[in-house]
Parts: sequence; structure tokens; C-alpha cells
Amino acid sequence: MSILILAEHDGNHIKQSTRQAVSAAAAWQLPIHLLVAGSSSESLAKEASGIAGVAKVLHAEAAHFEHPLAEDVAALLVQLGADYKVILSAHTSFSKSVLPRVAALLDVAMVSDVVSITAPATYVRPIYAGNVLSTVESSDAIQVLTIRATSFAAATDGANAEVAKVNVPPSTGLSRWVKEDKTVSDRPELSSARVVVSGGRSLGERFNELLEPLAHRFGGALGATRAAVDAGFAPNDIQVGQTGTIVAPELYFAIGISGAMQHLAGMKDSKIIVAINHDPDAPIFQYADYGLVANLFEAVPELTAALSK
Amino acid sequence: MKVLVAVKHVVDYNIKPRVKQDGSDVDIAGVKMGINPFDEIAVEEAVRMKERGIVTEVVAVTIGKTNSQDTLRHALAMGADRVILVETEAELQPLGVAKLLKAVVEREQPRLIILGKQAIDDDLGQTGQMLAALINAGQGTFASVLEVKGDEIEVTREIDGGTDVVALKLPAVVTTDLRLNEPRFIKLPAMMMAKKKPIENIKAADLGIDIAPRLKQLKVADPEPRKPGIKVANVAELVEKLRLAEVL
Repeated sequence: MSILILAEHDGNHIKQSTRQAVSAAAAWQLPIHLLVAGSSSESLAKEASGIAGVAKVLHAEAAHFEHPLAEDVAALLVQLGADYKVILSAHTSFSKSVLPRVAALLDVAMVSDVVSITAPATYVRPIYAGNVLSTVESSDAIQVLTIRATSFAAATDGANAEVAKVNVPPSTGLSRWVKEDKTVSDRPELSSARVVVSGGRSLGERFNELLEPLAHRFGGALGATRAAVDAGFAPNDIQVGQTGTIVAPELYFAIGISGAMQHLAGMKDSKIIVAINHDPDAPIFQYADYGLVANLFEAVPELTAALSK
Repeated sequence: MKVLVAVKHVVDYNIKPRVKQDGSDVDIAGVKMGINPFDEIAVEEAVRMKERGIVTEVVAVTIGKTNSQDTLRHALAMGADRVILVETEAELQPLGVAKLLKAVVEREQPRLIILGKQAIDDDLGQTGQMLAALINAGQGTFASVLEVKGDEIEVTREIDGGTDVVALKLPAVVTTDLRLNEPRFIKLPAMMMAKKKPIENIKAADLGIDIAPRLKQLKVADPEPRKPGIKVANVAELVEKLRLAEVL
């Protein structure tokens, strides 16, 4: 029996979170197969075959995988999946769409957002916005799960796995890709950035003006609270929290963030948390390693200047 | 066109849950409960589609214990036309819920099914996709804009790094994200009216569907608390601390 990991890519490269899924899969001590579904995806399959720990790459090349749809990827996984003990992927918007569909078609349960694998079918996962950790055991013959990428180290290069082409079922025709609008940025991806600079609503229209230079200093990513996003000061894809992106960088700046439960759920596993807020009683200070009570509009530029020296 | 909205009765989002002393589960006895916020957005969207003349009937369904009726009343007060309680005392997990919802879909024959993208208690985020799989329908997850165009629905989805748009053949399943809409405030007269409306009751056991849990919760625990931090007096001290922590 083996483990099947659904790889995620942006058309050019395999995502970091897939490498983290490979590390998580090591818990079973079984051969790891990586499924790469794409169009003109030879180089992606090659890249996947180099990831340390991968025993075999299943390469599903098809024109309709240029923009892989959940319905079509699920159909492919169901065709392959019956032979596997575990089907696993990182807890990203792509896999969150695909894997529940796969689990239902295989008539098995799914375990979402696993932060720790304590035995071959026993998992720890956060519930209630990360306020509680639940340990669950799955009794199904095929284990389907997503893992929280930030809880696992990324597998590096170092393998030369066999690449095997797989037959691709025709498109289900249930849905059709229309278009996408992705933020083009030279900054690292939010979920895997070493440093994240996040801001709250109180930054107002000056959100970018204040935070971008600080993020730039570290080559870090920008994040935001739900309130800042809802008020239109930041785009929705940088929302950090229970329902947004979960981050656990080495250094997290919480600037003008009070520390609502739903936001804390998305960042409290960061290694070092710095909070700057004008309100000394803000709950964020209970989570911050270093807290500074100050006027944001003065302290942030001062900090950026001091760090740029 | 008929829309079916699936809603879940959950612990209120403002409540910090407590772990039972024996670590067996979260203690929700006597805790304030209400409609799952993402499901409230689902009801709001369906009602707005009706107000725009795209939808003729909005049916809300929930699965659970008798107290889930409160969440159905909430849906009625928002503007749902009819509500159904699939009643069971059994422990529910997404696959079983999706199977029960499939039975309701077969009976009601909606053109569109809207659910929240996740419930804020278990944070699993699976039911909509599982239902779509079981009824062999297209799925539009994490929706921030919906537009019905002929026999398709275009769904703008909030995904990592931006948005995309998919067109689904109807009937289809959509799961809502936060920015699809802002649910209306319910006024007292609407709530009073909702209390007088009937709730259709179906016993889950009568549907003959296997909903036995596949996952067994072994224990729950509080996460490790963070070590207490310190307050620094000024920016210079902050920079000094970060330098010592070797993160610069």
C-alpha cells in the first residue's frame, strides 16, 4: 500500500505546501506517490520527481487541466485512489475543494487541516477557530486528509523518482473555467513567507503606505484582518485568520490589530509575534512576544527607518 | 427556480468554547447558539435572489436535534419561504449530513443549493463539496459573487492569491465566503411572524440512510498557551530585542 499526494502548482512550479505535505506523509513510512495534473506539464512532473521522499510521480497530462477544476481532478483521484491507503494534500483552497469531493465519491470520511499525525490513522486538528485541539481516529480503509502546511517542514530536493503517465478521464462537463484574477506580486506567498506584516482596520487608507516598506525590508508578505479587508483597505486574499490564510512565520508583525479570536486562529503559531497598538488593553498583547503601545502612524515609519539603517 | 439552503445550528461565534474536565469533548451545555455565520450568508443570498425575481422559492433545511429549530426560525425571519428539520439525536459528520441532504435534494428538486463554506464549530469545510459529489453536480466553493446566466451559474471564488470564476451547469452547489453579502438585520416583527410559521419535520431514521460516524474523537484539549511576552518602551528597544532574537 502507498500514499497518494495531490500536488499543487501554479503552472510553473510545484508549490511549497506540496513539499510540506510530502513531509507529513513520512509519518506512515510507506512509499509516497505524487500526482501532478496539468497541461504542458512535463517540467512540473520532472520537478516533482526531484522532491526528497517521493517514490513515484503520477503524471496526468491533459488539455483540460490547464485550469484544473475540482470536478475533473476529483474524477481522476477517484480513478486512482482506490489502490491507496492514504490520499493527502495541503489545506489550500484548491485541495479544500477537491478532497471532500473525492472522499464522498469513495464513501469515506475526510479529516481537514491536520496539524499533527500521532499514529497512522490518528490526527490532531484545530476546531472552534483553533481554540481547541481535537484528536480524531478514522476507521475508513482509505484515509483522506488535508494537512496544515505550516505545521510541517518542507521536503527539499534530492530524489530522482520514476515518472509514470496515467490515463486521464474525460472532463465531467459539470463546470467550466471562465477566468482568474490573481495578485501578481514579487513578494513571497503569504502562507509560506518567513516574515508577515499584518495590519488592522485602524490603519485606514494608509494601510499600504505604512506596511509595504516594512514588509519590503524583510522580503516578507503582507497580511490583514477581516475588518481591514471588509473596509476595503486590503485585498481579500491576504486575510489572515480562521476563514482566511493560516500563517506561522518566523516573525509576525500585528500592527493596529486588537486580536479577535478569529484572527488569532490564523497566526498564533508564529514563532515571534510583535504587536504594535495604541490600546494597552488590546488582547493581542497577551499573545505577543514583544508589545509596543504607541501611535501606529509614528511608530511604524520609525521602526522601518530604524531597521533600514 | 427553487433554491435549497442548508443551515447549521452552532455555538455563537463570540463564545470561547470550554473543554470538559474529562477532555472528552467541548462543553456546550447552556451555551448561546445560533445560525452558522456562513449559512446566514447563504440564506441572505437566496433571499436576495428571490427579491430580484431570479428565484421563486427559498427552502431552508437543517439536520440535527430539536433545538436546531431556532436556526430555522432565523432563516424564516430572513425571508425563507419554507423550512425543514431533518431530526436526529445522532452524532453527525459531513459525509452523513451530505447523504441526508442528498435525500432532501431528491425530494425538493432545487436548481441551486447554497451552503456555508464551513461551520465555525468543527471548521471542517466539507459538506458542500460532498453533497455536490453525491448528486453529481458542479460545485462553486468560497463564493463571493453569484450570477445566474441561462442554465448556468457563474461563481466568483475567493482562492489563494486572488479570485477565479467558474461556470456551473444547473443544478449546482455553491458554498459561501464572507464577502458574498452582508446578512440583513432581523426586526422583531419578522421574528414574531417566523414563530408562527410551520416547520416540516422529517425523522432522519425514516430515510434509511447510513449516517454512522466514521471519525471517532479520542479527546480534546486546550492548545499550548504561548509563553508570556514583554512590553517594550519604544521602537529602539523593540529593534534591540529583535536583533537579540536573531530574526532581523
